[in-house]
Amino acid sequence: MDFMVFQYPMISVQACLDGILLGILFALIAYGMALQWGVMNIINIAQGDLVILGGYIAYFMYLYGIHPAWGVIVSPIIMFFVGIAIYKLVINKVVDRDLFISILATFGISILFMQLMNFAFGADVVLANSGYGTTMLFNSNVVLPNSKIFSAFISILFAICLVIYMKKSKLGRAIRATAQNARAAKILGVDTEKVYAATFGINAALCGVAGALISITFTIHPYMGLPYTIRSFMIVIVAGLGNLPGVAMSGMGLGVFEEFADYILGTEFRIGSVFLLLVLILVYRRFKLSRKREYLK
Amino acid sequence: MKINKMIISFISAAVILLSTSVASFAKVVGDKIILGAAISLTGKYSSNGVHTQNGYNMAVDRINSMGGVKVGGKTYKFDIIYYDDESNPKRAAQLAERLISQDGVEFMLGPYSSGLTKAIAPVTEKYGVPMVEANGASRSLFTKGYKYLFAVLAPANLYLDVAIDLAVEKNNGKGVTVAMAFEQDAFSQDVRLGVLDAIKRTGSKKVIDDKLPKELNDMAATLVKVKQMKPDVLVVSGHTKGALTAIRQISEMKVDVPMLAMTHCDAAKLSKQHGKNSQYALCASQWHKTLTYKDDFFKDGMTYDADFTKEFGYAPPYQAAESSAALLVFKDAFERANSFDQKKVRDALAATNMQTFYGNIKFAEGGQNVDKPMVLFQVMCDDGGKCENKVVAPTKWASAKLIHPIPSWSKR
Repeated sequence: MDFMVFQYPMISVQACLDGILLGILFALIAYGMALQWGVMNIINIAQGDLVILGGYIAYFMYLYGIHPAWGVIVSPIIMFFVGIAIYKLVINKVVDRDLFISILATFGISILFMQLMNFAFGADVVLANSGYGTTMLFNSNVVLPNSKIFSAFISILFAICLVIYMKKSKLGRAIRATAQNARAAKILGVDTEKVYAATFGINAALCGVAGALISITFTIHPYMGLPYTIRSFMIVIVAGLGNLPGVAMSGMGLGVFEEFADYILGTEFRIGSVFLLLVLILVYRRFKLSRKREYLK
Repeated sequence: MKINKMIISFISAAVILLSTSVASFAKVVGDKIILGAAISLTGKYSSNGVHTQNGYNMAVDRINSMGGVKVGGKTYKFDIIYYDDESNPKRAAQLAERLISQDGVEFMLGPYSSGLTKAIAPVTEKYGVPMVEANGASRSLFTKGYKYLFAVLAPANLYLDVAIDLAVEKNNGKGVTVAMAFEQDAFSQDVRLGVLDAIKRTGSKKVIDDKLPKELNDMAATLVKVKQMKPDVLVVSGHTKGALTAIRQISEMKVDVPMLAMTHCDAAKLSKQHGKNSQYALCASQWHKTLTYKDDFFKDGMTYDADFTKEFGYAPPYQAAESSAALLVFKDAFERANSFDQKKVRDALAATNMQTFYGNIKFAEGGQNVDKPMVLFQVMCDDGGKCENKVVAPTKWASAKLIHPIPSWSKR
């Protein structure tokens, strides 16, 4: 245990800001997951691998001399079609089946993607340099890499655009209708097959954006997808489906919690503490639900 | 009916083919000494697996073309059977079993990485098959009392203790404060133990001791602590990912530390991926082309570097060099044993005392090479932004003077 974080107030500020910026990025990935989980009732284990693939698109742009920040535009476009292709090839065959089958199917896709990326791009850890510099706050006591600020800003931008799109556009309404009741939507003339494909495409596109941002802020590697899947899964579980502010809040909360756990318990317990938190939240929820039930009796 | 017959005849043909090929895979056939190796050609170690294979192949070609191995007045040539272990320890152990019991291999070369070597060593030990390995540095490999395992490389605990010694030397022999960040895997933790020993030995003090989880690519928290505690040395070991993440975040967060020492810099192609941001980083390496060791086959490091680059199209990382050295050790041992008896070859290996372009090789009781120190190089860049790795320690091999302390970010 180390309480340095409380002795030096600036470290707390640093931890909070780092956590929030990181959390916003996680929330974007989680939002994609929540969307297609809500609409199609599929838990996408390959979520993290789509993120990494998106990251490689930005990385290759960087290799060819294009600034990797353009990846946040190119990568989602390519990933949208990758998403639709995955839907047409695999997901549409499992979409009405039970959850277990879809988990197995996406788990398979995840393994396939890992191996293909490893085969195509090699097993080296890579990154794309943005050259964005650093922002110093509070007399240089708090340092924020601009790439992290950029990532958070772009994530928020995409999230807002998506919310507006879901509210205003025809497809957005169709997606929401399908999420509420697929059968009723079908009867009323919504082409649910198309809606599913579009939803999976949008999810993949969001992963593409997040991937491009991760290649700018962190590092990418063909086998690094799973932690992103797990984190977004956790955020969605805590926030619930179809609850965007909830996803954003739980994403940021998770980010801050992780940072503080890192300082206080040590880096080795960072991920473990996240799992512990998940268990505590689930237990608490169950406890609350059971009390409610008693009350109803 | 007809189809059934065809299938049966096909299968029996395949079986006959396989059985004959198995028979031809025995240890020494005609003028060939057949070695076996399970290598990571796919999976997460595939880049380094390929370096290992290229290193082996280069040495096989060189030894064969320069007269081969002379045993009992007859000349033999090396040949290697490779299998892909998919970077998976279980698979590696199965393949070792298969190489020995099915293919009849009696001498083995090591796989890539400590983890996979650990998986294979019990198998080779069980069958009494001598294995010379070049890519498993974990200390625990050499404390199990294995009799048939020989490693041409220096063990992991020696990777970074040179850096602590260097820092103490620069501090006029007084102890220094050390911040450590190590990944939680066997290799990095062994490096950590070595650093802890060095800290104790030199009367230094550790101020930060972080363990990085495998799935983490963010060490901002550690670096904030470093900013606060201002240690004299920061040591980082977390494979390629650790090296790349450290340099990225140190430069972004403008962390000033007088000495930064790491592992896996050349595998990370640090200066290529990070350019000038990687300047002044100290890197532990098993080998560097400017070292002046010599042998009859590859002459010296510079010639090896040139020949390897010509053949494979890229400069050899130390993983390739040490793999080539493993073959030289085998050749030497076969000739001294003057026999293909496994026990005799094993004893000859244990008595090895030779110099190769890669370094001196002499095995301790546990099988590790004790005659080859690690080298430290420093990334140095010119004004045009072109960066090079220059050896700075130990002083005997140094081709440049250590730049210490690292200039602060505000002055770069």
